[in-house]
Amino acid sequence: MGQIQLSKVSKRFGDVEVIPPLDLEIEDGEFVVFVGPSGCGKSTLLRLIAGLEDVSGGQVIIDGEDATAIPPAKRRLAMVFQSYALYPHMSVRKNIAFPLRMAKMDKAEIDRRVNGAAEVLNLADYLDRRPGQLSGGQRQRVAIGRAIVREPAAFLFDEPLSNLDAALRVGMRMEISELHKKLETTMIYVTHDQVEAMTMADKIVVLQAGVIEQVGSPLELYRTPRNTFVAGFIGSPKMNLMTGPEAAKHDAHTVGIRPEHVAISDEAGDWEGVVGVSEHLGSDTFFHVKCDAFPDPLTVRAGGDLELSYGAKVFLTPDPAHLHRFDEQGLRLG
Amino acid sequence: MATQHSRSAARLMLTPAVVLLLGWMLVPLTLTLFFSFKKYLPMRGDSLDRGLDWVGFANYTRFLSSSSFWPSVQTTLIMVGGVLLITVVLGVLLALLLDQPIWGQGVVRILVIAPFFVMPTVSALVWKNMLMDPVNGILAHLWRFFGAEPVSWLSDASLSSIILIVSWQWLPFATLILLTAVQSLDSEQLEAAEMDGAPVLKRFWHIVLPHLSRAITIVILIQTIFLLSIFAEIFVTTGGAFGTRTLTYLIFQRVIDSQNIGLGSAGGVYAIILANIVAIFLMRIVGKNLDA
Repeated sequence: MGQIQLSKVSKRFGDVEVIPPLDLEIEDGEFVVFVGPSGCGKSTLLRLIAGLEDVSGGQVIIDGEDATAIPPAKRRLAMVFQSYALYPHMSVRKNIAFPLRMAKMDKAEIDRRVNGAAEVLNLADYLDRRPGQLSGGQRQRVAIGRAIVREPAAFLFDEPLSNLDAALRVGMRMEISELHKKLETTMIYVTHDQVEAMTMADKIVVLQAGVIEQVGSPLELYRTPRNTFVAGFIGSPKMNLMTGPEAAKHDAHTVGIRPEHVAISDEAGDWEGVVGVSEHLGSDTFFHVKCDAFPDPLTVRAGGDLELSYGAKVFLTPDPAHLHRFDEQGLRLG
Repeated sequence: MATQHSRSAARLMLTPAVVLLLGWMLVPLTLTLFFSFKKYLPMRGDSLDRGLDWVGFANYTRFLSSSSFWPSVQTTLIMVGGVLLITVVLGVLLALLLDQPIWGQGVVRILVIAPFFVMPTVSALVWKNMLMDPVNGILAHLWRFFGAEPVSWLSDASLSSIILIVSWQWLPFATLILLTAVQSLDSEQLEAAEMDGAPVLKRFWHIVLPHLSRAITIVILIQTIFLLSIFAEIFVTTGGAFGTRTLTYLIFQRVIDSQNIGLGSAGGVYAIILANIVAIFLMRIVGKNLDA
């Protein structure tokens, strides 16, 4: 079981309110990702759930029980830290066994669980090494191993992949998703990387300045962002947001169109523009097109085969079915 | 090319310092060895101009067979060990305390370091006359206030008193080094241990103390070097009486009080040997903490 409910939870550091009262429900077995720009309070929220920070108001309810006053060790939550926080003077085996030793479990059971975790995480060959002798990815796995041996109600991940290089990050992303499928335990994952959020989450919580902007499945957020912030944050490259007469044509204050929903042509289209920088990824090419109608250049995705030189004249046509409309407050219309 | 040049230039520029230091060490060492094999009693008319008599190992056997030799070695070891124990234990606790966020942290830290700046002679005098004096000392007043008989510290508990004085002087040093080590501990490690179910004392034992082991090693090594040669504190307080005669002090008495330079030099060579034995032991026990 790992059902977590936040009710009117708030956090203040001195006079600064980092998190205004918020409500959130996390179902048992869900993979929830907190995502937002740095400083949005996502890590603080995770630490409030873990009990490493005390809430200034409200309640943290775990499995129907008020856990607000329960110390972190007793909440049956396991956390994986950004810096891994391995104990440098202990071998991998001792690191993984540490929470079990603290729980005064008997030796045979500790060995069984540590070996089990090592098996799952491909660490069996490294059990006698020190953390200092391991690579970044292996350290990450040890940190996860230390979390899973406790068989917690939920796992908390605090930006666990941000210290890894890009290739390793993609691999670990898969491994963590696999692990979630295997264990079916609730996982709460904090990241600033919307790609990680989109690829791993069952449910994404988008935060800005301590406020929940939207909660939903990755595709819900992609298809129907509730406001301009979510629209701009989810999706890569960013959605093109335009104000002014073009938006007024669609009866809105702001209209948004994702790069993948704009057709590019050198003959005819709605908007005329000039090609600026183009980014070739092989499979796709992103063109930054400067249009007379808008102050900012538009990003457009095209197939990898299309080649347009810098300064070429092109025409853009948005797909009306995928046009997003927002009002003056930035809230979604229709 | 450039590195080659700068390397030889560096060597050239280091030479004066190295030569000076080497001479500084080698000249006294050679002289000590030379005197230790000679009969040299200036008060009886021996002098370098008239030539000194070669006496072989007579000085060595006499120094060793003296009834004050073994007690002095024992006193030295007790004193060094006692000071190390007190400064390391209190140093760790004080460092943890000073790491807590408090109002006026900067001032408090400077105050803590202050005793280290006081010269040994001065601090020993202050302790002897202001604190430990059995008639007028603060401690005597305190004892009397509680209706107890004042203790004459420097005669009844002389060795412990000197250990106390020296510990007071060296505690800031230990605290300072350990404080920087405490501050370098990754707070996420402590939080991880907290989540893993380790209460405060276990966090200290399993996380903080192992993290401090290297700093503790350094404190022990450096302090031992200086503590083996404690002199001013003994000279000012007890003058080597009441079982406070260390090897260093015994050598001083042989050379200055008895005016027997040969015998004192032989004692000096023993002191070098003792220091090396202690150093080898320390390196064996704690030196491995300095690897990796």
